[in-house]
Amino acid sequence: MQSQATYNYKVVRQFAVMTVIWGIVGMLVGVIIAAQLVWPELNVVEFLSYGRLRPLHTNAVIFAFGGCALFATSYYAVQRTSHAPLFAPGLAAFTFWGWQLVIVLAAVSLPLGITSGKEYAELEWPVDILITLVWVSYAVVFFGTIVKRTVSHIYVANWFFGGFILTVAVLHLVNSAEIPVTLTKSYSAYAGVQDAMIQWWYGHNAVGFFLTAGFLGMMYYFVPKQAGRPVYSYRLSVVHFWALIFTYMWAGPHHLHYTALPDWTQSVGMIFSLILLAPSWGGMINGIMTLSGAWHKLRDDPILKFMITSLSFYGMSTFEGPMMSIKTVNALSHYTDWTVGHVHSGALGWVAMISIGCIYYLLPRLFGKPEMASKKLVEAHFWIATIGIVLYIASMWIAGVMQGLMWRATNPDGTLTYSFVESVKATYPFWTIRLLGGVLFLTGMLIMAYNMFMTIAGGKAVNAPVLQPAAAH
Amino acid sequence: MEILYLLVPLSVVLVFIIAVIFWWSLKSGQFEDMEGPGYRILMDDDKSGANGNPGKPPTVDPDQGKSAGK
Repeated sequence: MQSQATYNYKVVRQFAVMTVIWGIVGMLVGVIIAAQLVWPELNVVEFLSYGRLRPLHTNAVIFAFGGCALFATSYYAVQRTSHAPLFAPGLAAFTFWGWQLVIVLAAVSLPLGITSGKEYAELEWPVDILITLVWVSYAVVFFGTIVKRTVSHIYVANWFFGGFILTVAVLHLVNSAEIPVTLTKSYSAYAGVQDAMIQWWYGHNAVGFFLTAGFLGMMYYFVPKQAGRPVYSYRLSVVHFWALIFTYMWAGPHHLHYTALPDWTQSVGMIFSLILLAPSWGGMINGIMTLSGAWHKLRDDPILKFMITSLSFYGMSTFEGPMMSIKTVNALSHYTDWTVGHVHSGALGWVAMISIGCIYYLLPRLFGKPEMASKKLVEAHFWIATIGIVLYIASMWIAGVMQGLMWRATNPDGTLTYSFVESVKATYPFWTIRLLGGVLFLTGMLIMAYNMFMTIAGGKAVNAPVLQPAAAH
Repeated sequence: MEILYLLVPLSVVLVFIIAVIFWWSLKSGQFEDMEGPGYRILMDDDKSGANGNPGKPPTVDPDQGKSAGK
């Protein structure tokens, strides 16, 4: 019935635990910079000033928290669905330690002001090289496991994970092309508007592949597993994958509306952004409808609550995004806190909620326990996090629209009605509410960490035996 | 916008590679069964301790399939 070989849970365990730890670190930095906007006097030393901590926050939540969650879930799902242990376990261990080193180097270099100045790719060239090595190893481990699979079908989640791994490799290599001057300083290989175009080609595709395709892979494996039901339409999930992969690449220029970028390029970006609504909503509906006929499960399963709520936020932000890419809407929303609200409805609502749900699914299985130490605390985490997100995005919507309207208001004689600083002053109450939302979300993560340590304390690290695939039917 | 001379060919190459992978998956029968794979991941019982009990039925929801047509 079963062979002696076991799945490699060790690397999954390491990444799963670090997801929670880096989540707390990244969100704590987020709370600090949110507080600095309310109380500017909190910028005490240059190393902890807003300008240096902001890239640390984005790198920590995207690449440390989100990255570890992606490594953990993809390594788990690819082994279980391929019925084969990870290919090259040594390389898999290298991806863990290498990725942690990247994160630690980011945590040291960014506060020191060492930056390439490219948003979401601030790390300097030596770290870029390390990222490349880790990423190539990740691809070898992941695709090697696919090749080793003992079933002929490649489950749809693996297609999403695979698409994410390959595309992120291309994005990183093209965007990080730079000329080193010293060990800690390099200049981009591109200049001016060319650099801006590359930057947002990278930036938006990072959203599309790092923060969407990868997490959709999680959704297609862990939502059906937690619900104990197959995905609503397997056929739709396959269509979803290919539609997303074929159409995603050209949304980036919508970040550069009304800039030096040629007008037609901006319009191409806008049109592709609008097209993306179709595959995004197809996937969202497919995920949520997995519970069709079993909605009662939502009542007493807090892990499912995390997952289904994350899909609702995914639907919301993938509707909002295309709307904001329309030039006339963008004329109001661009450079305001609306963008910040939109990003966090995706980042907290979709990315963090689905990751948290998946980590709650994984932890008991990785530590030989039937379930998390406290289900009540998972439930509490869910509600605290949800209230935190709602406070965060609602305050940013109001603040963003208000800022946009104040900046464009003109007097009959053509002069501006408000100075910039007046819009800053008007935003204070909303920044305070946003800070409260962030503190709530961070509190939820601390509860999760407590629950995680209680679960680990009562369990022992296990490696499940590799099962022969069930007979096809 | 000389940068488009890099980005546009890159997109074309990527789409071509994606098309080749799509063609391979079509030819190799990845799309032949569009129902079974969804159920098969559920027949893989990954609950802690479950693997030591071959007699234990897989954790497939008893009311799955009832939703068809709803």
